[in-house]
Amino acid sequence: MTAEPLPAQDPAHLGGETGATKRMANIGILIESGAEGIKETNFGVITAARRKSGGNLFAFIIDGDAAAAKAVLETYGVRKVVGVTAPAPDIQARPELQAAALAAAVTHFEITGLLGVASPKGRDLLARVAASLDAPLVQDCLKVDMDEGTVTKSHFSGRTTATLRLKGSPWVCSLRPNSVEPVPAPAAATAENFQAQTVDPGRVCVKDVKKSGTGATDLAEANIILTGGRAIGSSENYQMLRECAEVLGAAVGASRAAVDAGYAPHSMQVGQTGKTVSPKLYIACGVSGAVQHFAGMKTSKVIVAINNDKDAPIFGKSDYGILGDMFEVVPALTEALRKRRQPK
Amino acid sequence: MRIYVCVKHVPDTAARITVVGGTGFAETCKFIVNPYDEYAVEEAARLSRKDGGGEVIVVTVGKEAAVASLRAALALGPQRGILVKTDAQFLDSRTTGLALKKAIERDGAPDLILTGKQSVDSEGMQTPYRLAQALGMPVVSDVVKLTVEGRRALVEREVDGGGREVLEVGLPCVIGATRGLNEPHYPKLPEIMQAKKKEIKVIPMAELGLSGDEGCTEIVQLAATPERGQARMLEGSAREKVEQLVGLLEQENVL
Ligand SMILES: Cc1cc2nc3c(=O)[nH]c(=O)nc-3n(C[C@H](O)[C@H](O)[C@H](O)COP(=O)(O)OP(=O)(O)OC[C@H]3O[C@@H](n4cnc5c(N)ncnc54)[C@H](O)[C@@H]3O)c2cc1C
Ligand SMILES: Nc1ncnc2c1ncn2[C@@H]1O[C@H](COP(=O)(O)O)[C@@H](O)[C@H]1O
Repeated sequence: MTAEPLPAQDPAHLGGETGATKRMANIGILIESGAEGIKETNFGVITAARRKSGGNLFAFIIDGDAAAAKAVLETYGVRKVVGVTAPAPDIQARPELQAAALAAAVTHFEITGLLGVASPKGRDLLARVAASLDAPLVQDCLKVDMDEGTVTKSHFSGRTTATLRLKGSPWVCSLRPNSVEPVPAPAAATAENFQAQTVDPGRVCVKDVKKSGTGATDLAEANIILTGGRAIGSSENYQMLRECAEVLGAAVGASRAAVDAGYAPHSMQVGQTGKTVSPKLYIACGVSGAVQHFAGMKTSKVIVAINNDKDAPIFGKSDYGILGDMFEVVPALTEALRKRRQPK
Repeated sequence: MRIYVCVKHVPDTAARITVVGGTGFAETCKFIVNPYDEYAVEEAARLSRKDGGGEVIVVTVGKEAAVASLRAALALGPQRGILVKTDAQFLDSRTTGLALKKAIERDGAPDLILTGKQSVDSEGMQTPYRLAQALGMPVVSDVVKLTVEGRRALVEREVDGGGREVLEVGLPCVIGATRGLNEPHYPKLPEIMQAKKKEIKVIPMAELGLSGDEGCTEIVQLAATPERGQARMLEGSAREKVEQLVGLLEQENVL
């Protein structure tokens, strides 16, 4: 289906009433795809959106194949998969056009709440959409309460948690990757295409995408992260962590001290001035446990610390601790994990 | 070029935060210029020096105390500052965006507006977008490299997996800075002394036609995040410890 020409956009009304509690009808989810198709992190977002909203879950895929995505999305409860396009060939290179098309879809399908992943791309697109609709937006949420119309998120680098109310409809929020555990809930979905009659303002254009040299699993989306701190001693020594990470299906991170020493690129840094991550399992090797490091990983489900100093602060705020030399412990861990993999 | 830089006065990232009254915090802790905004100020000062003319103006929306952060920012090079005076530390980003827009519009025509990508207190991650929308300008945030050529800017922003997107954006525009854009310098004593004499214009928020109730989010609770306790220390040889660990992680269902 191609949609009717759009009605004039109806900006959110920012009265005192809480739109999120008034009209629970249609919840939209911005689906993010990567090289291997639909990213895993979307499923947690769908799960969060699904909870109490009943059967009106819309999945929006920008410039993607709605029919092909239907099968996987309906296992998580999506009822309508919408491929969003605009009459321009290079929508992928046009963030403003993507946002305009998504905003048009939100209006067209009478979406009351729009959710997505708080990845660099998701955050950017959702901020553009919220700004253009003059809608409330909370980025990097840890929890969404669909009934109350409230969300929780970190303030002060994770030292406090704020509960915020979104006033108005539609509202927009992005969720920290892995903050909500995906749970399947099969439903039958339909797929359609929506072509927004929007023109690109033409002011922002992607000229090039430089891939990182490593091609490793993205930190923010990884289920398991293995981090090497200053104690790693050299960039070569990260190989030891990469070997263990390979068995675990983990991504490898670094502390700022390790990045500043030149052992790892900044793109690997976890913490307040690096990436914020929330994996199921975070293993910190040779990391002392500074507040700025914790700011980036304290919402991990399980934290394991490997350190050779029994007084290292990290032992005071982790789940499991191994006192020992990481150059002995990590290879032993790799070995134990390999053994576990072998058929019994 | 006339460049505006938005800076926020925020608690030091290492400061202890004490929640007060359920939605606020004790503002007696040490405050600093929002770290991401320092990159923005440094970049503006460098661009301006290269450009050889024009002006850099730092703008903040905050309480009287925010003057300290304006002075700290002025020591990095900008010529003058503007304080839009409010009496709340947490302003919803919609309100902040409108206040910045009105203050800038009233002051002059920007060629470029720089902000940080996020404030480290409320972590809104959206003010540059709101400001750009209000001014009808394009915006790119999470920027780690900026080159201005005539009426366009080439920028790089960090994306997933350590990759970078290279974008072209027309001027005037709003750019949100992040770590990697530059290394802010430590101001020298003469710079700090000069900064004390630079002009700071104070505009009460009401004078911009804003009541402070323009927000679209409301903080209903602020609470200290519970810390994890002491780790359970595993015993035995290295091999015994890791075997125990693997067993425990299996039980926790995280492997
Ligand atoms: C504004 C600001 C922002 C910051 N942002 C970040 C950030 O984003 N991310 C970040 O990580 N930091 C950040 N920091 C820095 C932070 O304060 C710490 O300095 C940093 O995290 C320390 O890194 P580290 O734990 O690797 O190094 P160290 O503190 O030096 O700790 C090394 C640890 O390794 C242990 N060790 C030594 N040898 C071995 C061995 N053989 N086996 C096992 N353990 C061993 C030691 O006991 C020690 O505990 C920031 C600081 C500031 C001021
Ligand atoms: N009160 C404020 N005064 C001036 N600039 C601000 C203010 N709040 C936010 N900003 C700017 O907007 C950026 C992003 O803030 P936020 O959307 O709160 O994460 C910050 O890095 C600042 O550059």
